[in-house]
Amino acid sequence: MATSDRLDRLRNDGTGDDDGAAGFSLAVTAGAVAAVVSLPIIVLVVQATDYGLGHLLGLVTQPSSVQVAVNSVVLTGIVTVGCVAVGVPLAVLTVQTDLPFRRFWTVVGALPLVVPSYIGAFTFIAAFGPRGELADLLAPLGVERIPAIYGLHGAALTLVLFTYPYVFLTTRAALLSFDGTLVEAARTLNHSRWEAFKRVTVPQILPGVAAGTLLSSLYALSDFGTPSLMRYEVFTQQIYVAQRSLGVPEGYPAMLSLQLLAIVAVVLALESRVGGSTSAYISRGASRANRVELGVWKWPALAFCSLVAVLCLGVPLGVLVWWLVRGGEAVFEFDPTAAWNSLRVAVGAAVVATLLALPVAGYSARSTSVTSTVVDRLTYVGYAVPGVVIGVALIYLTTSVDLLTWWLPVGADAVTGVVQSVYKTVPLLVFAYVVRFLPQAVGTVRSSVLQVDPKLTEAARSLGRSSTGAFREVTLPLIAPGVAAGAALVFLTTMKELPATLMLSPIGFETLVSYIWLVRGAGSYGAAAIPALVLVGVSALSMVVILAQERYNG
Amino acid sequence: MAEPASQRQDHDDTATDDFADADTVLELDGVTKAYGTETAVTDVSLDVQDGELLTLLGPSGCGKTTTLRMLAGLERPTEGSIELGGKTVAGPETFVAAEDRGVGIIFQDFALFPHLSVEENVAFGLSDWDDDATSERVAEMLDLVDMPDMGDRSVDQLSGGQQQRVAVARSLAPEPDILLLDEPFSNLDVRLRVEMREEVRRILKEAGVTAVSVTHDQEEALSISDRVAVLNDGRIEQVGDPEGVFEHPESRFVASFLGQAAFLSARVGSDTVDTAIGSYDRTLLKGLTDGYQGAMVDVLVRPDDLRAVPATSDSGNGTIVKRQYTGPSFIYHVELDNGDVVRCLHNHAEDMGVGEPVTVDLVSDHSLAWYPTE
Repeated sequence: MATSDRLDRLRNDGTGDDDGAAGFSLAVTAGAVAAVVSLPIIVLVVQATDYGLGHLLGLVTQPSSVQVAVNSVVLTGIVTVGCVAVGVPLAVLTVQTDLPFRRFWTVVGALPLVVPSYIGAFTFIAAFGPRGELADLLAPLGVERIPAIYGLHGAALTLVLFTYPYVFLTTRAALLSFDGTLVEAARTLNHSRWEAFKRVTVPQILPGVAAGTLLSSLYALSDFGTPSLMRYEVFTQQIYVAQRSLGVPEGYPAMLSLQLLAIVAVVLALESRVGGSTSAYISRGASRANRVELGVWKWPALAFCSLVAVLCLGVPLGVLVWWLVRGGEAVFEFDPTAAWNSLRVAVGAAVVATLLALPVAGYSARSTSVTSTVVDRLTYVGYAVPGVVIGVALIYLTTSVDLLTWWLPVGADAVTGVVQSVYKTVPLLVFAYVVRFLPQAVGTVRSSVLQVDPKLTEAARSLGRSSTGAFREVTLPLIAPGVAAGAALVFLTTMKELPATLMLSPIGFETLVSYIWLVRGAGSYGAAAIPALVLVGVSALSMVVILAQERYNG
Repeated sequence: MAEPASQRQDHDDTATDDFADADTVLELDGVTKAYGTETAVTDVSLDVQDGELLTLLGPSGCGKTTTLRMLAGLERPTEGSIELGGKTVAGPETFVAAEDRGVGIIFQDFALFPHLSVEENVAFGLSDWDDDATSERVAEMLDLVDMPDMGDRSVDQLSGGQQQRVAVARSLAPEPDILLLDEPFSNLDVRLRVEMREEVRRILKEAGVTAVSVTHDQEEALSISDRVAVLNDGRIEQVGDPEGVFEHPESRFVASFLGQAAFLSARVGSDTVDTAIGSYDRTLLKGLTDGYQGAMVDVLVRPDDLRAVPATSDSGNGTIVKRQYTGPSFIYHVELDNGDVVRCLHNHAEDMGVGEPVTVDLVSDHSLAWYPTE
């Protein structure tokens, strides 16, 4: 058995390199895509090293930088813990207990993902901030001041409330795939319910929880809108400010960006130690053990679920609807051109990302060589790189005069001319979105390619098709739903992207998000109601796509 | 390789009778496949005659599937050559890809295209045919597999047996020179498996196609094949018609792989062969030569060759150590006085208990295969 397994593996390796010219050109195309999307990171490193180590160390160790680093780590830590504290109990309640209306709470528990966190933060400030709706409401009752929402606690609260669903969903998935007979086995071996939970359930669902906390913490680290609105100084917010200011030391935004990336790398490494070491997460054949009866604990449990739902959904939607109703004239100041622009760039990003994702996904799904793994991982760069950082990198790439002379001995001037001509143009904006959201397209396309039994291609070839013919007539029709879902995801997330849009949009080019940002600055909240509600709707659609895709894959 | 082939000439006289006059469609010559330092298939040589159904039989990891994939053009042999219909399709300088080979394959899980209807699946290999010819051929094939009027079904509406019929129809439609079947019945439940075996054999014979199938299921191999090639560890151990291979296994491996084999240790005397259950005439052992006089040999006995009758502990020659109830019959495992363990087949009415002393007798009416004691 062992020998035949080994042979199987060797054989798979073999075919990866065996499939001749078609396979080779696929590998080259995939490699080129990976190189292009990892360009921004290379640019950052080149730029940073350009200034010399001493200069950079000086920047890193200056007190204000250290403060920013500490703030970022603290915020991320609190958000991570908070997400576990909210997400895991909700998941356990909805999967393993007799909580009333479990299906309702399951949907409600996942829904906060449809509220972009900056819109959440924006509405929280409107509701709970000084002179906010809550303060107005409480003023007649003699309450003069409510605690200020700005700062660490505001940022942390907002991020927890709008990112805990990642932990909730992955924990739920782990609990659902968890084989309930294991708990029964533990209980017949003289473990109490609680002991069985600790010794059997927890180790099995830990990788699922870890996967969710990774997503939440990456989100917290890379989110620009929430800390900016909550006036809390973290990397993303500082990078954005430094990029727009004239007085900052040279290379400061790049340096901050690299520091941020280093922290991201640490988070990823931590996650791979916790989550990557075990495959227990995928235990199929889930037979469910009996649900835990809550008894009188039902009431606190319901109160907990309701509180989360009111904060995450009630407040933002309530505020937006309130603005719509009470906004008066301002509501209709909204210029539909912004919506049209959002639509245009999002369609562009979706089309380009999908075209680039096809070769990468096809290559990485069908080949097990080291190169294919590297190529696949490189396209995931955008996943871990915050939009602000991509913005900084692309601005530098398109404005720096001597960057390219450095690595292009010939024709540098011509290339520099072309590259600079795209600065703050729609193509550059679309490119930024592609770099950032390509992983979503690669992920969905690859998982649908993996669903296609390789035997089908072999069957097509034995029936006289070339490898290209087999791809066109068999693989492509079968992966079409996955490709469409990938494109839809890129489209929808592009619509919501804030920092890259703010930094790279052409002058005077308004989109839904930049419009919201603008009217917020101007304090004209009512005008934000329509675009914000549109964005919430767009996010809701992207959830539907993800869920439909999961069902299709399952 | 060389030895079993020459031995075969001794007693395997019926092997290719049915196809002796037929042309050779497929010829493998010294085919070897290595992955790095691991060798999956070593020096396999085989001929397959026109219209014949040959089965490669062996345990998992024996190289049978790799051999099949080399025939299909999905793998390239490291050494040796493959000739199909008189043309070399794989050799040191040539390699014809799967799509240009004219082979049909029936996959283990059928590999029907889920986005196409039954008809479209069957027509998939007919892209060079014109429309009328295609629909005529598709109808003909669906008739052959006994599924007329089901052409517009989608394949996920079909039962396992129907999916298999479509897979057969699809692979036969383009009139392949040879049809390859990769563990074709292993995805079906037991009852359907027996039924589909007969059915697939009928279809293949009716279509007159030459076929090579691969399986680890000896019952399947013995029941559907014209000839069986037993593979072990990448080499062919024996090739012959099913009866010949089963009755006269040429190696210990083949003997122990087919049927519930046991071995009686025996000493060859001048006129007799002495075993723990008695002495028998030397003619009992097939092809025994004088050179073995005085030597120890192992005699192959299957459950139906032996019978046990209750005895007292003094008169018996063994003790029952285990019994297997299979429904219609019992198989008793008997430990003989010299330590050999043999199996005896009995009908379900004869009930003896574990620990009971018995006398085991040889009831076989044919000569027995034997191997020098290792």
